[in-house]
This record gives sequence, C-alpha cells and structure tokens, in this order.
Amino acid sequence: MTSIVIPRPEGYARPRSALLDWLTTVDHKKLGILYLYSTMFFFGVGGILALLVRTQLAVADNSFVGNDAYNQIFTMHASAMLFLFIIPVWAGFGNYVVPLQIGAADMAFPRINALSFWLVPPAGILMFSGFLVDGGAAQAGWTAYSPLARGLGPGMDLWIIAVILLGVSSTIGAANFMVTMFRLRAPGMTMFRMPIFCWTMLVTSVLQLLATPVLASALAMLYIDRNFGGAFFDPNGGGNAILWQNIFWFYSHPAVYIMILPGMGIISEVLPVFSRKPLFGYKAFVFATMGIGGLGFSVWAHHMFTTGAVLKPWFGFMTFMIGVPTGVKMFNWLGTMWRGSISFEAPMLFALGFLSMFLIGGINGTFSAAVPVDFALHDTYFVVAHIHYVLFGGSVFAVFAGLYYWFPKIWGRRLNEKLGQAQFWLMFIGFNLAFFPMHLLGLDGMPRRIATYSNESGWEALNMASTVGAFLIATSMIPFIVAVIAAFMRPKDQPNDPWNANTLEWWTTSPPPVHNFDDLPEVHSERPLFDARQSGAGH
Amino acid sequence: MAAHGIATQHKQGLSNGMLGFILFLASEVMFFGGLFAAYFIARADATEWPPENMLTAEQIARGVKLEVEFALPFIATILLVLSSVTIQFGVLAIRRGDRTALIRWLMVTIVLGLVFLTAQMYDYSQLHFRAGDTVYGTTFYTLTGFHGAHVAGGVIFMGVMLARSMAGQFSAASHEAVEACSFYWHFVDVVWIALFTVLYIVK
Ligand code: HEM
Ligand SMILES: [Cu+2]
Repeated sequence: MTSIVIPRPEGYARPRSALLDWLTTVDHKKLGILYLYSTMFFFGVGGILALLVRTQLAVADNSFVGNDAYNQIFTMHASAMLFLFIIPVWAGFGNYVVPLQIGAADMAFPRINALSFWLVPPAGILMFSGFLVDGGAAQAGWTAYSPLARGLGPGMDLWIIAVILLGVSSTIGAANFMVTMFRLRAPGMTMFRMPIFCWTMLVTSVLQLLATPVLASALAMLYIDRNFGGAFFDPNGGGNAILWQNIFWFYSHPAVYIMILPGMGIISEVLPVFSRKPLFGYKAFVFATMGIGGLGFSVWAHHMFTTGAVLKPWFGFMTFMIGVPTGVKMFNWLGTMWRGSISFEAPMLFALGFLSMFLIGGINGTFSAAVPVDFALHDTYFVVAHIHYVLFGGSVFAVFAGLYYWFPKIWGRRLNEKLGQAQFWLMFIGFNLAFFPMHLLGLDGMPRRIATYSNESGWEALNMASTVGAFLIATSMIPFIVAVIAAFMRPKDQPNDPWNANTLEWWTTSPPPVHNFDDLPEVHSERPLFDARQSGAGH
Repeated sequence: MAAHGIATQHKQGLSNGMLGFILFLASEVMFFGGLFAAYFIARADATEWPPENMLTAEQIARGVKLEVEFALPFIATILLVLSSVTIQFGVLAIRRGDRTALIRWLMVTIVLGLVFLTAQMYDYSQLHFRAGDTVYGTTFYTLTGFHGAHVAGGVIFMGVMLARSMAGQFSAASHEAVEACSFYWHFVDVVWIALFTVLYIVK
C-alpha cells in the first residue's frame, strides 16, 4: 500500500488571538464546529418553544399562554427547528466531514463558506427579534399561507427577510459543496467511490441550489404584497392565493429531502461500521438517493389535495412512487445489518432509532398520499405525527448518531457511553410517548395549530401523554449535556480511528491538523481504510 | 489556492471558480423561474389581459391605465442585446492578451448598461399604473424591477473589471473574472429577452 505524501502549505500558522481566529476563520473544520454550536443552540431554543406548546395543550380549555402568543410560539418553534436547526445542521456536519471524507484540504471556496455560515446567526436574531416588535413574531405557521401571511404585523416581515437570508446561505453553500465534491476528491476516488454521506450531501446540495431560489422568489412576492400593495396572492387584484402554496411546496417538498437525506447519509456511515460489513448495495443506494432527489420535484401538490386545485391522481401516484427509492434504502440498511456482527454503541443505537422511527414516518406519509385518506387526515394531528416521525425520529436521531460518531474526530474525545445509552432510551421512549398519540388524535379529528380544545372532545388523556413525552425528551438532553461537559474536561486521547471505520476522515489525527492530511492512502474502493487495514498499512 | 488544490483531479476544462459561478447562475435561473411562474399563472387566471376588469372605481378615477409603451423598451432591448456583443468583444480581446481593447469594450458595455437603466427609469415614470394596481402592475414591476437590479449588479461587476484592468490586471492566460462577468451579462440579457417577449409581445 503506497501512500501519497502531501506537502505542507506554508505560512498557515499565523498566531492570532483565539477569539479573532474563530471570528475570521475560513477553515472548514472550524466553520463546521461553529455551525454545529449555533444550530444546536437553536435546537435548544426551538425545544423550549415546543415545551411551551405542549404545556399549553396538556389540558383542555387551558389559557397558559393565550391564543395570540400560542400562534407565535408554534410558528417560531417550527421555523427555528426547520430553518435554523435541521437545514443548517447538515451544513455543519457537511462542512466538517465532507472535505475530510474526500481527502481534501478544505472546501472549494473557503471564504464563501465563511459567508454561508455568518448569514445564519444574524438571520436567527432577526427572526426572533419579531418577539420584540408590535404585534409579535410571525404567526402564520412555517408555511406562511396567504391570505393570513399578507395581513400580520411587522414580525412577519422580519421572518421573511430571515428566511431569505438563510436561503442565500444554503444556496451558496450548496454550490460550494458541489464544486468541492466534483473537483477536490483524492486521487483514485471516483464519484462511485465517494462515501455515502458525501453522496447524500451532493444530492441535497443540488436540491438546495435549485429549490431554495424558488422559495426566495415566493418570499419576495409575499414581501411585495405586504409592503408595496402587491396583488400576487390577492384575488381582489387578480392574484391567486393558491399560487403561494404551489410555489412554497415546490420548494418545501424538495426541502423535506434536504432535511432528511444527509441524515440517511449518516446512518449509512454508522450502520456498516457497527455491523462490521460494507454497506449493502452501495450503487443502489446512490441511485435511490438521486431518484428521491429527482422525484422530489414532482410531488409538491400532495400538500394541497384539499384545495381541489391540483391534479390529484398524478400527485398521489408520484408520491407513492417516491416511496419506492425510500424502500430501496430500507433494504440497503437491513441488508447491511443482516448477519453482521453488530455492536450497540451509542451511534448505532441512534441509527437504529432512526430506522424504526423513519419507517413509521414513511408509512404514515404514504397513507396520506392516498387522496381520499388525505382528505380525512389533512390539517389534523396525524400530519403532525407524520412530520415528527420523519423529522425528529428520522433527522434528529441521525443528528445524534452523527454527533456520537464524529465527536472523537472533531473534539478528540469520546462521549461517555453509559450517558449515551441513557440519552438514547430516554429520547426514544419520550419521542414515542410524545408523538404516537398524535396519530390517534388526528384520526379522531383534532385539528393542528389550535391553541386549545374543549374537555368534551375527549382528547385530554392523549394530549397529556404527549406532553409528558415532550418533557421526557427534554430530560434526555441532560445526560447528553453532562456527557459533553465531561468529555471536554478530559484530555484529547482519541486515536485516528477509534471505531475501525472505513472512510478517509479516520485516516488523519483526531482532531485533524489545520491542513487535514499529512498523507493519504491510495483509494481503490469506497472503503479506503478497510483496504488499508487489510493490507496491513495504516498508522 | 495551493492549499486547496492538493487533491484536485481535474486540472483542465472549467476552473473551480467558473463551475461555482455557473452553479450560482443556475440558482438565479430558478429564482426568475419562480417569478415567471407567478406571471404565467396570473395571466392564465385572468379573463382578460391586461385585467382592466379588475380595476376598482377608485383606480379608474385615479387615471390608472394598464398599458405599456412599446417603442422605448424596444430600443432599450436592442441596446442590451448589443451590449452582449460588445462585452464578448472585450472577452475575445483579452483572450488575445489585448488589455487596451478590453478596457474600451468594457467602457462601451457599461455605457450601454447605464443607458438601459436610464431608459427603464424613464419608462417607469411614464406609465399610468403602479405596483399596487392589480396583479398586472405587481408582476410588471416585480419582474422588470428584479431584472433591473440585476442589470445594475452587472454594471457594478463590469465596473470592478474595468478598474482591475486599468490597474494592469488580466492577461491572455488569466482573465477568469472577465469571463465570469460576461457570463453574468449574457444571463441578464437572456432574461430580458424572455421578459420583453412575454411582457410586451405575447398577447
Ligand atoms: C415515504 C416518504 C414520504 C411520504 C409518502 C410523505 C407524504 C406526505 C404527505 C402526503 C403529506 C401531506 C399531508 C397533509 O398535509 O395532509 C406530508 C406532509 C409533510 N411531510 Fe411528508 N412524506 C414523506 C416523507 C417526509 C420526509 C422525509 C419529511 C421530512 C424530513 C417529511 C416532512 C413533511 C412535512 C414537514 C409535512 C407537513 C407540512 C405542513 O403542512 O406543515 N415527509 N407528507
Ligand atoms: Cu411533501
């Protein structure tokens, strides 16, 4: 096994103050860490808002927060979780991991990368500053339908501008990821030897590049309607309120894949490592990912069946179709574990949590794809259950799988295993307690986005269960935070490759030097480290 | 770049910067795609276009008329198309290493861009409707306004190129930014041709 020695770039180690260094860094690893810190912060904020929502709904006829505040709280909860947490958290993992996995020294455009990151915190502040203005924060839901969104106070404008800024951040970030993966791969790493996480980031980037600007155009129209008397969404002036829904979902259905694909990528890194087998059907997985990306643009109107204004059979059929590549992936994952020697460390637990929860989320999504069923379930708590099974049970579990998995690489220390197990079980039980009852509530007709319900509805017991579950989820953050603090109090002691993993990020030190690699193994397959171990090379 | 080029496999063809720029333009296409979609849907919904029947009594009393001038925008269109040719002459010049000619062509193109913007502003001032006057006014000003902003951006882009070439930068071997600038300008031009066609010609 020969290896390629990389000449050290000169003059990269200018001494600077640590703070200045973090503020001006263009190093993909530092930017990745900044992304992770800030998105986890917004995860916390969004989580607190969720607890307020659940407290309000715990009992019937409650007036804990009041209608107006309730609308702001649930809107900001969803907006923070989607736009400030899930979407940028993948940029965080991608930033840290993608260049390392393809054996590059950095992203293709490090300064643009810094710009992408530095748009996120100001956008978050802007969006939340809505709570300080007259009329409060945005309260039209994360979907901001017209006519509702045309008529609210200035908090709505702040929301619009914030989402546009975040869109710019992810659009230029997407171009950066694409060029990085097209152009900076290590010698020998063909596209079909790229780690799966990179593939999912690549397809995600394509979706972001093409879908996010469409959302920006819709937001610009909404802004014009609100501030310059425009009539885009106003039938009185010849406009069309459904237009917003069409353009919004043209973005937001692909966006649900933006929110899940990198999570699937993480799972596909973790499952093989902890099953001690290669990913079953690498190419099928890649094509399924592309298929999801492509089909993702053809199903948006399944969110709009009940408007009656869309071609229902077509969009229903296409939505069933998109279940097919998703099913392929299920087989990839199950086949990977089949007869593997599985070990159940924390990353693997979270990955398995993802598998089981996402399966439920996919099935109840497919239910709603059947037009007649959707007419009954639309805008009920069933949809809330669905999105949480895919977004929390899927994406958030994948975030934690990724954190436990890459923590040793990023910070050179390992998170305590016992605490990890505790977090997982608390979160898993809390999650199902919080969200499974929502299926039943939805079937029983409880509408979503209501501030309270009467005690004659009979919904109280299930709602109380759900609230208890939500607080259990919050409790599960305690072992996590303790584990992080405990890890930071210990010295960096992790070897290059603590998990016997397969991909290039584990070739270099933990954490890696500024320039990432002193040398690289030759890449002959999608598992260069496995090859190196087989041939007895490595460090 | 040395630090980031270590693992580069593809040395020839489009540079990384150019590839990134083309991807950026693709996102711009999608942005305008959204605006065009809104326009087409508004037209498809309308029983007549321009939707005079949507005007309120108040708007009619205010003298709102939903119609556009043709002559001036038509001339502006010709100038903008011409400017795509002139910037291309600049690119061809610097490919030969002729910086003086690049400077000259950039100047010409900038002037054409500024004339276009002035014509647009003048045209706006002559129209008898505002952005709030039915979806016709909204789509008209939104589409042409965003396009105008892109023209302005292009003029600034060319201004930077001009300053850099006057400072002695760019040569036959290295003038990537100029190429990118010309791509951008052609893009702005193509968007305008599409806009002009749907706003002024297609009935
Ligand atoms: C097998 C795959 C999936 C299918 C068949 C599916 C189907 C659907 C359908 C039909 C709806 C509309 C329900 C209604 O409003 O009446 C819906 C809503 C939704 N889905 Fe999915 N889905 C799938 C996967 C996902 C994934 C992976 C995510 C995100 C990670 C996601 C996020 C959402 C969200 C956020 C909504 C609700 C939007 C809202 O109205 O606020 N879905 N899904
Ligand atoms: Cu969808």
